[in-house]
Amino acid sequence: MTPDERLAETVRLEGRVVLAGLIRQIGNMGVAEDAVQDAAMAALRTWPRDGVPDNPRAWLTVTARRKAYDVLRREAARATKEAAAGWGTEVTERHPVEEVIETVEPESAVRHDLLRLVFTCCHPALSIEAQVALSLRTLAGLDVAAIARAFLVPEATMTKRLVRARRKIADAHIPYRVPRDVELPERLPGVLAVVYLIATEAHAPSAGDRVVRVDLESEALGLARLLFELMPDEAEVAALLALLLFTGARRPARVDADGDVVLLPDQDRTLWDRAAIAEGSARLADAVRRSGGVAGPYQLQAHLAACHSTAPGWGDTDWDRIVTLYDLLLSVTANPVVALNRSVAVGERDGAAAELVALDAIASLSRSYLWRAARADALRRLDRLDDAQQELRIAMTLAPTEPDRRLLTRRLAQVVSRPRS
Amino acid sequence: MALYAALTYYPEDHYWDHPEERQFHADYNEFTAAATAAGVLRGGEALYPASSATTITVKEGPGGDVLLTDGPFAEAKEVLGGFYLIEAADLDEALRWAERIPAAWRGKVEVRPVFRFAESPPAA
Repeated sequence: MTPDERLAETVRLEGRVVLAGLIRQIGNMGVAEDAVQDAAMAALRTWPRDGVPDNPRAWLTVTARRKAYDVLRREAARATKEAAAGWGTEVTERHPVEEVIETVEPESAVRHDLLRLVFTCCHPALSIEAQVALSLRTLAGLDVAAIARAFLVPEATMTKRLVRARRKIADAHIPYRVPRDVELPERLPGVLAVVYLIATEAHAPSAGDRVVRVDLESEALGLARLLFELMPDEAEVAALLALLLFTGARRPARVDADGDVVLLPDQDRTLWDRAAIAEGSARLADAVRRSGGVAGPYQLQAHLAACHSTAPGWGDTDWDRIVTLYDLLLSVTANPVVALNRSVAVGERDGAAAELVALDAIASLSRSYLWRAARADALRRLDRLDDAQQELRIAMTLAPTEPDRRLLTRRLAQVVSRPRS
Repeated sequence: MALYAALTYYPEDHYWDHPEERQFHADYNEFTAAATAAGVLRGGEALYPASSATTITVKEGPGGDVLLTDGPFAEAKEVLGGFYLIEAADLDEALRWAERIPAAWRGKVEVRPVFRFAESPPAA
């Protein structure tokens, strides 16, 4: 990290804490966000010149709060004028007068504020798109343009989505609070799902021409780390962090020099990030310890990822364990993609004929290029080369990104050129 | 005598205090005054825009899985059957009550905040 990047990172992380506190104080998410963003920009402008203040958080808090109250005062004045002319809004009664509050809250209060923010951004009464957008904007501190780019929508669309989400929070009185312990089991999965969705979008972009969107992947990891800091005793939080560490560790091996996809069997495992894998193993151990013997879906996925991350090579993978883990995962989530991955593991354990049987049992996935590609691979190993070619051609019409299509084209060439035995 | 609910529908989602909407306030006041004077009005509220709505379904009967959807109920198959006015501290509390309304498992319940005017609209 360059000094500039380190400074930006400090501003972003401290800004998040400042924002969480400011929202609680003024009860207006939009005004608080704008104020913190202004303060962050002021910091990035003046700190390199004047030096970083002794207490960056206090500096940002004071600056952001001043800006927020300026806006609120202006709004209140306008509302009073409107009320005099006709009839006004509630602004005058709702907004508190500026008061002197100690600039830096104790760590426990900071934690509580951040948790509040997490559960508000991921409230189930908001659409999942809105939850993702709010999490990246408000929790991760990404700017709107970056989020719009990441999801391939125009910036105006993303702005509208965020405005609408904040308005719903205000209009419908979505509470700014941490769920009680009894509510946590039903609210936590929603929060984890948002982070997981961001990570999946990073890992397998649904459109576009890049293999990995590094920005989203690291944002998802950052959010998972934040959740782990805030809720270190929740087994599934630790498990999700482990999972993202394991999959993130493979990033350097996932793309070749030409920008093409390298699949797990062909990856150069010496490129894997060993430190991330070690950290993932530690978090997985945390999850196991805290889960009381019942592994949740993220723990099962983390175990699966760990099987690959700790195997010296594709051929050395413990396929029996992997199939067992997929069976457990299928018993808690009826996800056809999990069934697809299980079929591939069955193929590695029991051979191509068994894989084909397993795949044909989930023919509802016939519109998925992954199912087609897996079927093609099983057929190729069974020497049914014409059938394999046909599957690959169908897969190419279904593949969402350019690197996926290139990979399928290469596979097709291999099948065509292979001499019949 | 029988009781009736008159449900008001609009071509567009709107805030009641939107400038374009305010021009109709006088008409509403006129109706409210007339219906009140006649002694027929039992109650009524303005609502926040449909975009502030949350639709709730409970799967498989009381106590089942609660499914929330952002936005209003918009399926043509089911029909409006009635309404409750619920006073709650926040959306979470309102939804906890909404999930106990039998319609939540027989059909769906749309929860929409009631719009609060700061003052009475000015007389036209």
